[in-house]
Amino acid sequence: MKPQSGVIIRKEWDIVGARQVAREMARELKFGVVDQARIATAVSELARNIYLYANEGQILFNAIQSVNKTGLCVKAVDTGPGINDISEVMQDGYSTSGGLGAGLPGVKRLMDEFDIKTEIGIGTTITATKWVR
Amino acid sequence: MDSSFKKIAIENSDTIVQMWLKEISSLKDVNYTSTISNDLYQNASREFADVIFTSIRGQGSTDALEAFSEKIINLGWPLSYITDGLQVFRRVTTKFILSKHDQLDTEAFSEVLESVDHWVEPIIRQLVNDYTGNWENIVSLQRVALQELSAPLIPVMEGITIMPLIGTIDTERAKLIMENLLQGVIRYNSEVVLIDITGVPVVDTMVAHHLIQAAEAVRLIGAKCILVGIRPEIAQTIVNLGIDLSNFPTKSSLKKGFTAALEITNREIIDREPKEENIESLIKSIRGE
Repeated sequence: MKPQSGVIIRKEWDIVGARQVAREMARELKFGVVDQARIATAVSELARNIYLYANEGQILFNAIQSVNKTGLCVKAVDTGPGINDISEVMQDGYSTSGGLGAGLPGVKRLMDEFDIKTEIGIGTTITATKWVR
Repeated sequence: MDSSFKKIAIENSDTIVQMWLKEISSLKDVNYTSTISNDLYQNASREFADVIFTSIRGQGSTDALEAFSEKIINLGWPLSYITDGLQVFRRVTTKFILSKHDQLDTEAFSEVLESVDHWVEPIIRQLVNDYTGNWENIVSLQRVALQELSAPLIPVMEGITIMPLIGTIDTERAKLIMENLLQGVIRYNSEVVLIDITGVPVVDTMVAHHLIQAAEAVRLIGAKCILVGIRPEIAQTIVNLGIDLSNFPTKSSLKKGFTAALEITNREIIDREPKEENIESLIKSIRGE
């Protein structure tokens, strides 16, 4: 297994590609079935956000294997418009595209660690990590 | 000038082909064709050389080119075999003609380069076009095939229809699901529609959103939608995402959903008494009389 890999998101079908990579890496890191589904769903949300709001970006996967714990770090990087008010997008039910508005708060609940950095006009980077239990 | 170069190339075609074959064999390891057996590779390369020379002579070139590109596609060889081959041919031929040329000034040099380019360009264009055209054709056929199986609606019983969903749901497919669902409900006069998502690998907010919208639309035209086939891990991710499906009746399996649908349509499945007993009791009753 490659400890690192990345998927470029441009088309809607790239979301499927990112999800496949996520699932594959999660399986090889010995995540349980439920956690595999959680990671795949989280990646799907992050990739869809890139496709919907930033047009182009990248999902980077990093397998973390240290002495006492193993995990998968997912990083979504885009050079889109950025997010105006982070506290607003982290609220359940907030959406600018008529969706359910459960994407980002959902990802936070699906993963163990979650971090978001954004700058207007420059882009957004979201880092989320899940640890094997 | 061009015709005299052509003459040199054609007259010495054997030498050029030999040089070309030698170079192209050395490329075998780098251009992803290393798994191909040597005999097959040599034969195909010889044919390739023939095709190039018939094209340069300008005799029935298109047919031969088409046949050759088809052969390469059927063998499943990479496109780089064709482009590398022609690139090498260009280099070898230019070198050879220059070596036969008496006067070597810059003008002659550029003339040779230009005319060799003129011979090779149409071949590259056609072979690459044939090759990519073939792939495009396959991709578009597969897209059609995928669309055909993307949202089937099966009427199983008066008033009950099932839509089994398998694979990824994207925006286009979500639209198709909605359309087929609504048309089907009207056409089959369904009271209950079961949407089976056993085969959907990931239910994210977009998929959930589309399913909720479809169910809402079905409700508006007076039928009822039941979501079935929710696997335990999908149930957990839906809860984690915070998606509200409380207005949407759900069941874990198609079987349970079907039973619920029967209840809604005031029906139930009853085991019939075994036939033999029936006959026996009939005989008994006849004897009894």
